[in-house]
Amino acid sequence: MARVKMQILVCGGSGCYGNNSEALIDNLKLELEANALENDVHVIRSGCFGLCSLGPIVKIIPGDVIYTKVTPEDAKEIVTEQIMKNRKVERLLYKDPVTKKSVATETEMTLHKKQLRIVLRNCGIIDPENIEDAIAHDAYEALAKVLTEMKPLDVIKIIKDSGLRGRGGGGFPSGLKWEIAYKNKSEEKYVVCNADEGDPGAFMDRSVLEGDPHAVLEAMVICGYSIEAHKGLIYIRAEYPLAVARLKTAIGQAREYGLLGKNIMGSGFDFDIEIRYGAGAFVCGEETALIHSMEGLRGEPTVKPPFPAESGFRGKPTNVNNVETFACISPIILKGAEWFASIGSEKSKGTKVFALAGKINNVGLIEVPMGTTLREVIYEIGGGIMHGKKFKAAQTGGPSGGCLTEKHLDIPIDFDNLIAAGSMMGSGGLIIMDEDNCMVSVAKFFLEFTVEESCGKCSPCRIGNKRLYELLEHITKGKGTLADLDRLKNMSLVIKDTSLCGLGQSSPNPVLSTLDNFREEYVAHVTAKKCPAGKCKDLMEYFIISANCVGCTACARVCPVGAITGERKEPHLINPAICIKCGSCMGKCKFDAIIIQ
Amino acid sequence: MSSIKIELRQEDVTKIKEICASFNNDPQELINVLHKCQEHFGYLPAEVQEVVSNELVVPVAKIYGVITFYSFFTMTPKGKHPVSICMGTACYVRGAEKVLDEFRKELGLQVGQTTSDGKFSLSSLRCVGACGLAPVVMVGDKTYGRVAPDDVRNILKEYE
Repeated sequence: MARVKMQILVCGGSGCYGNNSEALIDNLKLELEANALENDVHVIRSGCFGLCSLGPIVKIIPGDVIYTKVTPEDAKEIVTEQIMKNRKVERLLYKDPVTKKSVATETEMTLHKKQLRIVLRNCGIIDPENIEDAIAHDAYEALAKVLTEMKPLDVIKIIKDSGLRGRGGGGFPSGLKWEIAYKNKSEEKYVVCNADEGDPGAFMDRSVLEGDPHAVLEAMVICGYSIEAHKGLIYIRAEYPLAVARLKTAIGQAREYGLLGKNIMGSGFDFDIEIRYGAGAFVCGEETALIHSMEGLRGEPTVKPPFPAESGFRGKPTNVNNVETFACISPIILKGAEWFASIGSEKSKGTKVFALAGKINNVGLIEVPMGTTLREVIYEIGGGIMHGKKFKAAQTGGPSGGCLTEKHLDIPIDFDNLIAAGSMMGSGGLIIMDEDNCMVSVAKFFLEFTVEESCGKCSPCRIGNKRLYELLEHITKGKGTLADLDRLKNMSLVIKDTSLCGLGQSSPNPVLSTLDNFREEYVAHVTAKKCPAGKCKDLMEYFIISANCVGCTACARVCPVGAITGERKEPHLINPAICIKCGSCMGKCKFDAIIIQ
Repeated sequence: MSSIKIELRQEDVTKIKEICASFNNDPQELINVLHKCQEHFGYLPAEVQEVVSNELVVPVAKIYGVITFYSFFTMTPKGKHPVSICMGTACYVRGAEKVLDEFRKELGLQVGQTTSDGKFSLSSLRCVGACGLAPVVMVGDKTYGRVAPDDVRNILKEYE
């Protein structure tokens, strides 16, 4: 094999892929060929670097130089300057938002310093389609250790001692889950990886599967060995074609290398993995619903107990873990339970991956030790709020979670603190909102999602959430009363108490938490009939400030309904009775004369 | 539900039977069978469901139940250029609603509908995982990032 001197890693994650990184890869390859360098320099489509808002990202190894916002046209310069002359392409380097200085490597970036990568250890470092590259980065070493030196109960003890809790949302101790599955004796058992990432705004599972699929496969084999199962299933969304393709490649390569299938590593242990497809149902993230979906049924949850560990897939003991949880397993085996337990807060060990999105400068994937504060995440890693606006709220836990406000900025983020603050960890979506977001509308947005995704099996969730949604709609249309706010609260509590599964039990959370934290905003909607954030169309009134209006007539000409009148060079007026609140006038005005009241 | 009546050709029936057979006619593989059928036909009309029902020996009502339960499955054909607006949380807080409104207006469609010439269909989806580019719109396999309502007309022009 020819010795490769240099590697150009190009992010092939969804964000960069959507930003034309494929064309960039093609151009880089063409440039290398044009300079007869294709044997010395390899272009690799890697997993997500986590710097999604700066994509497409390119990393040069050795040297670890990072280039951001690289277009296909930049390929030539990267090859001729960086590769051939070892000179950095200054204009493509990352600029520190505070110092405004160029930063060449990832480790020098402020947003990288606070992070600790365990789950994402190989994302953006290895070629996810090459098992040898993964093995060179310690993949399957933990499996070798487990198969040659350890008994099932030894593995379970390490996982228990590490304090690892399920990353899918619930936070149930993983070691305990494995132990229960181990104790339920059966000829047939299953290990299931839950990759049905349904929380809108969370994309960490997808990034792990796209960037480091072997981390998950290895952990599933380890889990199979520990609970004495021989069959693994990955339940993945059909909407993730790239992740599916990479998993298939990885499974094929692992079989070829004897790391899956019969007699793994000559140990006599058999284990194989199959992929099952989801079809877009949020509730299938719930483990009993997920199992039914794998059996070809509607993904409706059933009452627990019996837990899947007793009676799961095809009625056999089944252990279900989430992608991120599995990705923590190998490092724990290799570095020990004490090492993992030394990271994080008292009751939440290790790290957590967050998908940072919304009105924040550095949108992307980050991994921080449990117990990091929201302030550190938003301002030090996230680079602060976009356009220098004011932070208003952070939504965690997706449609099942709640929002955190300014007063929560300094609490350490972990499973228990988030619940105490009226939210939850969820899968790790962290959506930042600024002063322009209306919290009533946000609650309505989540309820709309829940109503759509409710499986319809139990009435509190099916009917209750629909009623909640209607009440919220009522309020955003200016038809609500103060009594409606009490109704919202009471109904929410009933839905929480009486729903069958996690979806219904948590669906009113966005309502309760916005009511708690932003009651004055709700009150403004129902009493003054105003939306303080200026988001609810029915409560808005466009208004021209006479002092700023120069009478250019631009607004009157653009108005589709002729609601604006006024003479040339005289202040104009909007007739609220005709205005349809389309906002066209505001977009046209160059003098900031039009405001929303 | 499905208003369109279609006549399956013999080769279509054979194709469905082949798909079912490749999963050993196992009723537990229903979802995988439906995925393959939708890949082939583009959607899952009642006629296709009837053939699957016979092959897997599953009542057609149950198949209908499964199809309507999962948002990925559809009983109406999509347009030649399916337009999907991401309504995930990240896109929503960055104004995806206004973009969706603009597409509605430009295409004269509600979500879930297809233009009469079969060219465009409009749907909303939850998170394509490209939150860094929010708001995101997909037309077929092509992703458009940071879409503003003003860009809508130009995006549609590319497909005319």
